[in-house]
Amino acid sequence: MKLGDLAGKLSLKILSYKEDLESEVSGGYVSDMLSDVLANSRAGDIWITFQTHTNIVAVANLKNLAGVILVNNRQPDEETLRKAATEKVTLMTTHMSTFETAGRIYQLMEEKD
Amino acid sequence: MDFNKTTEGSFQLIGGEFTNAGEASIELKRKLTDLGLAQDIIKRAAVVAFEAEMNVIIHAAAGWLRYYITPDRLKLVITDMGPGIKDIDMAMKEGYSTAPDWIKEMGWGAGMGLPNINKNSDRMKIDSVVGEGTTVEIIINLNKEE
Repeated sequence: MKLGDLAGKLSLKILSYKEDLESEVSGGYVSDMLSDVLANSRAGDIWITFQTHTNIVAVANLKNLAGVILVNNRQPDEETLRKAATEKVTLMTTHMSTFETAGRIYQLMEEKD
Repeated sequence: MDFNKTTEGSFQLIGGEFTNAGEASIELKRKLTDLGLAQDIIKRAAVVAFEAEMNVIIHAAAGWLRYYITPDRLKLVITDMGPGIKDIDMAMKEGYSTAPDWIKEMGWGAGMGLPNINKNSDRMKIDSVVGEGTTVEIIINLNKEE
């Protein structure tokens, strides 16, 4: 599924690097522990998290993730936004909880297959 | 890549500098991409470098991340001026962490750093002196046959 389609279907608010919306989301990963994401996420995953500080941009870049969704309407630090633009990482926010966000994305991906 | 040459470089790391954490690793990833290394190697090196970089930022006053690339291997050496590791066997155990609570709230300090480094490297060596610092040396083989 394309990142832009996913963002549209879930009404996610895109905060940075909108140029990337044509890129393919191949899976998802849910975690607030950064080492866990480094260890277990795969390239092309959309990452759902509660963390908003700058290190999430480095994790997304280093793991070639499709993008990051911040849940519960949490807003990234200003520095996080700036870094996301520099490192070309797509950051999005949603009012939904982690559970709902992950559940809906999982369902969308199942339908697609 | 010039097969007779070692490509090397280094990045300085400052303890407590969380805002720019990961920049050395992102720069290294760019360098490895430019050199045309295999995606699998770059993926592993990125995890190794970032975890090592975070260890310095979390625990030490300052340090260096150095890389040496030859045709058959990538070597990363991370040296820090920090508290040192009292019990290296414990530090290598998944889930063991000495990071303070506020670091854990940031999502670090899960006790996965050194195990993640170990899993993604072909060889790993830790030298540490309590009260002086730690050196972690990592080798990733570039040829699968090895």
